[in-house]
Amino acid sequence: MFEQHLVALSIVLPLIAAPIALILGRSMLSWGFATFISGWACYVSWELLATALTDGVISYAVGGWPPPWGIELRIDAANAFILLAVTAVSTLVLLYSKDSIEKEVDSSAHALYYTAHLLCLAGLSGILVTGDAFNLFVFLEISSLATYTLVSLASDRRCLTAAFRYLVMGTIGATFILIGVGMLYMKTGTLNMLDLAERIHVYESSRTINTGLAFIMVGVSIKLALFPLHMWLPPAYTHAPSAVTAFLASTATKVAVYVMIRFIFTVFGADHVFEEMGMDLILMALAIVAIFKCSYMATVQSNVKTVLAYSSVAQIGYMILGVSLVSVTGLMAGLIHIFNHALMKGALFMAVGAVFYRLGSVDIQAFRGLGKHMPLTMAAFTLAGLSIIGVPLTVGFVSKWYLVTAALEQNHWLIAGLVLAGSLLAVVYIGRVIEAAYFQKLPETTDPASVKEVSWWMLAPMWALVIANIYFGIDTSLTTEAASNASEWLFQTNKESEVVQ
Amino acid sequence: MSFIVDYYNYWIVVFLMMAGFYIVISANNLVKKIVGLNVFQTSVFMLYITMGKVSGGTAPIVVEGVTQYSNPLPHVLILTAIVVGVATTAVGLSLIVRIKRAYGTVEENEFKDKDDTI
Repeated sequence: MFEQHLVALSIVLPLIAAPIALILGRSMLSWGFATFISGWACYVSWELLATALTDGVISYAVGGWPPPWGIELRIDAANAFILLAVTAVSTLVLLYSKDSIEKEVDSSAHALYYTAHLLCLAGLSGILVTGDAFNLFVFLEISSLATYTLVSLASDRRCLTAAFRYLVMGTIGATFILIGVGMLYMKTGTLNMLDLAERIHVYESSRTINTGLAFIMVGVSIKLALFPLHMWLPPAYTHAPSAVTAFLASTATKVAVYVMIRFIFTVFGADHVFEEMGMDLILMALAIVAIFKCSYMATVQSNVKTVLAYSSVAQIGYMILGVSLVSVTGLMAGLIHIFNHALMKGALFMAVGAVFYRLGSVDIQAFRGLGKHMPLTMAAFTLAGLSIIGVPLTVGFVSKWYLVTAALEQNHWLIAGLVLAGSLLAVVYIGRVIEAAYFQKLPETTDPASVKEVSWWMLAPMWALVIANIYFGIDTSLTTEAASNASEWLFQTNKESEVVQ
Repeated sequence: MSFIVDYYNYWIVVFLMMAGFYIVISANNLVKKIVGLNVFQTSVFMLYITMGKVSGGTAPIVVEGVTQYSNPLPHVLILTAIVVGVATTAVGLSLIVRIKRAYGTVEENEFKDKDDTI
């Protein structure tokens, strides 16, 4: 019976569980419950990915109303792959939250934290599985509203202004998407993505469609923090509780990148967006500026969370660069990087959260001498850091490899060089932290006995991600198979709908 | 001239959208920013409602002798969007309450630390 409703289950599970986690009230109870539900959702998405890889597309008509009239949930290789990453990271972050949240969030708000986390997970899963453009907007707002709440739960008062800034920019972005979807509906009279794709080809040069495209692209760019629309991201990531940052950095912006890919490839069609509208040049230029400007910003910050936040914006640049190369390999590099970046940034932010747990600070000065006193945490930070840089045998290398291959395929030597140069900046900002941790002594004002390793509740999820970083760096078959299937499929659907016309 | 008169509701949408957007960017008071955000969102509601209207069509209720109906779907969509807008306003206002408690002000230029400005 479940088999058939598996797709809906990925949204319904966390959505129903969220108010229950609130009613449970007690910190430990709602933590256990939320972790259990998230783990179950992770299992569901694993099943979905397995089915999608063997059988292809799974379509589910919500309420039994057949598409394009009803809302359609649609699983294919692309979104099943990202859904698995999102639910897996969510489960690990929830395991990690137990200690971390106790330290950073007021005890009266613990149940609220788990509720908001589940709501955010429901929204993100919804964005991924839905095949309906308006439904996507609704889930986007569910996840965003939960995110604003999560960011504002930290004990530092600056999280409030950060959350407010995020709310203002996020709402503008979502409203832009709403306007864009409205324009598409105005011209085509449908909201189902595949149906839209077929009908858009008829009106390709229509000004309404193109205006809709512009609104959607700008709106999604705010949500995914594409340079120069990223101004909400560094403060939000810096001042949010560490567990929240680890979750958001590895899921929320990635899902927004997926939304952009979905709109470009499935709804509008790559030919229209890239060749006729010339969007690839705009995206490529912004992506490269993002890589350099934000990697540079990361090298001059003193707060390590801010360093990693700017690094996130730079990494989003790599994903968008992959998309803007307009080739199967390029798109594949972008998709792989979505998955891989979730692994590395999750691990990095968890390590930084562990340092905050012990020392109450994430300034780079606080990292001095930690290599000796918190060896496991700093080893995790170092390995995940190497992955960000793109050292062989880590996942970072895999995504950069495909990105460079995609650039060389089209003889973009300059782009390939810039990607490698961007990695050098990553060496600088990760290196600064590692230098402080291993080559400097613990300051004398700190009592060495108070600085010891954190509990396994925090270490285990962190190391699970680090091991995944190395595992998927060596055995790339699962990630590359899923990503190449997904990118071929995305290009193909585009071609098919042209044949129909 | 008919370009303006015939499409007057679209002009209202454009005006509200830009006015709301301008308030969000320029207002110094956080509550006013939320008001601007609301005006901005309301313009989109009007856009949707406008596109659902079929000229000469009645309300979409089956009545004998009527063959032309307005499209009810955009109206239903916008009900959802209104709920989303209300939720956003609620979250925004509750954040402002907490900002007022923590900082003692809701005026952006009165924050001492430049990093805190929105």
